[in-house]
Amino acid sequence: MGIFEFILMSFLILLAIAVVFVRDLLAATVVFLVYSLIMAIVFTQLKAPDVALTEAAVGAGITTLLFIVTIAKTTRREEDD
Amino acid sequence: MMTTVVIQTIARVVVPFLQLFGLYIIVHGPVSPGGGFQGGVIVGASMILLALSYDLSSAETKVSHKVRIAMDSTGALLFAGIGLLCLLAGGVFLEYGIIPLPMVPAEVRGLMILLVGVAIGIHIMALAASLFLHLAEEHDT
Repeated sequence: MGIFEFILMSFLILLAIAVVFVRDLLAATVVFLVYSLIMAIVFTQLKAPDVALTEAAVGAGITTLLFIVTIAKTTRREEDD
Repeated sequence: MMTTVVIQTIARVVVPFLQLFGLYIIVHGPVSPGGGFQGGVIVGASMILLALSYDLSSAETKVSHKVRIAMDSTGALLFAGIGLLCLLAGGVFLEYGIIPLPMVPAEVRGLMILLVGVAIGIHIMALAASLFLHLAEEHDT
């Protein structure tokens, strides 16, 4: 495993942990967007450009937008505790 | 909700390029990464960008509910129609080579794969725009 893959995988793990612990839901959505983009780069590294394109378009684009609309309809902060 | 003139100008410049890129991905589906689904999502995202940067009603006038339903149905019917055409010609569902056209079977297959990709693209672009617009529209509750 090269140094580039190592950096990408470390980022993926960090972001996957961060998206759970961020309290602000909008920030969590943006962290999830970055996770999807890095996942797309990983798929490109694994020689699956088709999956990478789908991940970039659906995971980073449409899913993030739907999350943002849902946050705008409800509340941005978690209220309990 | 009105956004600033900077966002509106950038969106107006970006949207045609985004749609051209989506169409490129759809029609190059048989020979390169991508295809109907990915290109359709990108074209649908350009419509969502319009709705975000202007307001929902202006996007609703560009691609109204009826237009989206029509595109959705057209894509699905085109896909099913090509599949059933193969059945009528005596093959199985989506067996492209059996369609009697004055061409080499390999060319018929290439053309039909392209048409199926375009059908999926039309279907998905209407679906992606509908998902966003229906979720974002105001409900009186």
